Amino acid sequence: MSKARVATLWLDGCSGCHMSLLDMDERLLELAGKIEMVFSPLVDQKEFPENVDVALVEGAVSSDEDLEKILKVRARSKLLVSLGDCAVTANIPSMRNPFKVKDVLDRAYIENATLNPGAPVDAVPTLRPQARPIHEFVNVDVFVPGCPPSADTIYFVLAEILEGRVPDLGAKTRFGA
Amino acid sequence: MAKRKAMSKQTLVINPVTRIEGHGKVTIQLDEQGKVADARFHVTQIRGFEKLCEGRPFYEMPSLMARICGICPVSHLVASAKACDAILATRIPTTAVKLRTVLNLAQLVQSHALSFFHLSSPDFLLGMDSDPARRNIFGLAEAHPKMARDGVRLRQIGQQIIEKLAGKRIHPAWVVAGGVNEPLAVETRDQILAVLPEALQIATGALDWFKTVLDQFREEIRTFANFPTYFLGLVSPTGELEHYNGFFRVVDSRGNIVADKLDVLNYADIIGEACEPDSYLKSPYYKPRGYPEGIYRVGPLARLNIADRCGTPRADQEWAEFRELDRGAVLSSFYYHYARLIEIIYGIERMEQLLQAPDILSKHVRAFAGTNNPEGIGVTEAPRGTLIHHYKVDDNGLIVWANMIIATGHNNLALNRGVLQVAKHFINGTKIEEGMLNRVEAVVRAFDPCLSCSTHALGQMALQVQLLAPDGEVLDELRR
Ligand code: SF4
Repeated sequence: MSKARVATLWLDGCSGCHMSLLDMDERLLELAGKIEMVFSPLVDQKEFPENVDVALVEGAVSSDEDLEKILKVRARSKLLVSLGDCAVTANIPSMRNPFKVKDVLDRAYIENATLNPGAPVDAVPTLRPQARPIHEFVNVDVFVPGCPPSADTIYFVLAEILEGRVPDLGAKTRFGA
Repeated sequence: MAKRKAMSKQTLVINPVTRIEGHGKVTIQLDEQGKVADARFHVTQIRGFEKLCEGRPFYEMPSLMARICGICPVSHLVASAKACDAILATRIPTTAVKLRTVLNLAQLVQSHALSFFHLSSPDFLLGMDSDPARRNIFGLAEAHPKMARDGVRLRQIGQQIIEKLAGKRIHPAWVVAGGVNEPLAVETRDQILAVLPEALQIATGALDWFKTVLDQFREEIRTFANFPTYFLGLVSPTGELEHYNGFFRVVDSRGNIVADKLDVLNYADIIGEACEPDSYLKSPYYKPRGYPEGIYRVGPLARLNIADRCGTPRADQEWAEFRELDRGAVLSSFYYHYARLIEIIYGIERMEQLLQAPDILSKHVRAFAGTNNPEGIGVTEAPRGTLIHHYKVDDNGLIVWANMIIATGHNNLALNRGVLQVAKHFINGTKIEEGMLNRVEAVVRAFDPCLSCSTHALGQMALQVQLLAPDGEVLDELRR
């Protein structure tokens, strides 16, 4: 059997959902026999590949670059999993939504700067007015709430998907879990 | 204009930098001869924590600020709780201090294990020039299963200790303003003590092995951000390694102490924050020397350079041997890896000492008070270096202002200069090779920048390489 092509992506999140994935510990190495990690912060692939079977996405859509990435991921993946509360509801990143982008930037780069105050403008993506959940932009196949979802939950999700089933998470996790 | 075109300078862009915790990119400028003229590391995400906490009650801050980073949530939890203790203007029970210290060390162990085994050891074991498709933890698991399993196990032990103490591996709610919210049970303590010997065995085994391969990386040691800088961090009142409390100490590249016993509350007197237009990551500098001469490094390498000893037996032996590597301070950032392994050993030994003292089981672990102080500062040593949280609140205890300086930020100037040094040494503009780019990324990895943290106010980073003409035209591009 050919290995399932799995990708993981990190948008505006804290990487906690990725760390929870690593918390599968030895089960991660066991999974290595069944999956091929084709794109992830953990591997050296630089460009999101074509024909991905499952993409797990952490974090909200906050910048123009996040949006570009999620559109590409959707177009190239069969199954898209919204992993964690930030992806599902925009959670923590959305707490900046009541503020203007300019005020967010001014706090960091003008009020809290000693030298050369000013928000960066070169070689960096632009913030969108609000951080929003992934499903506002693309179709999501599986929602996995939790901050982060536990390693057991993530393992269950992956195992079910690899068996060709859509995971039923009713009893497994909840928002803020 | 024709003249400008004639001198065809070029730019390489590496985007994203991979096997680091976050998203960053590197641009490398080539001159007319194809030699490296300049290189820059950019952090490309901003998350706005310094603003988004405004109006929240301060006692929410530890839980909220932990969400800056899922890799070292405990550091933010602890630094934030310390800032909140200061707002309560209360002295927290000593047992709470010790329990937070153990939690912080457990995280040091898991985070260093992640950096060394999962992210960097593929470069050491499979080779800097090996197939990029296999050069990762999964490739490692096939080629060197024992090393991969050891890494996974060591990180697991650190995470399990956090889970046992605090109830959850990532974003636990146990650390609160005033202390911690549950005392330690005898059985829990015994379970933790029982796994420490295995952790120590893995860590010492890895260090013994790493020392034997150092020779194969002489070129990297010579060029990976190997230059004089200041080193900054916390030490205990007696000059030992310290990750929870302590004073600031600054040493220069010769290893001389230039500032000592500085109260962390006065951090703004010694640390300035400069902005650069091309990165969401600000560049802190040592204020008395100005910008950018006040370039300094933090983290494991810095901590071993500033301390007089570690304070635990095995780590002290290793520390003494480590400090022989250079005459003054140890300067090559390649040795961050080495320092990380010594700190893992220290962390395990120190947890054991703390857990064996009877008062660790005291039931008195939390102090209660209201908003007594309009301002609070909390400083700790995170795995990657000194972490500063600084809050101001109104009469109702609602946050009105916050500033955070995170470990990766302190290293920003050195990281940039390190990328330039490696690029100059390994890259020759006529042809882009994958292995030389991986070395540029590997120097970034040596610092173990946490871009999740960097992006608290700042950005994500990534790596892609482009040759650009001076007018911005893309001449060549390499992505993996
Ligand atoms: S859901 Fe929680 S753990 Fe996951 S990225 Fe968001 S804050 Fe981090």
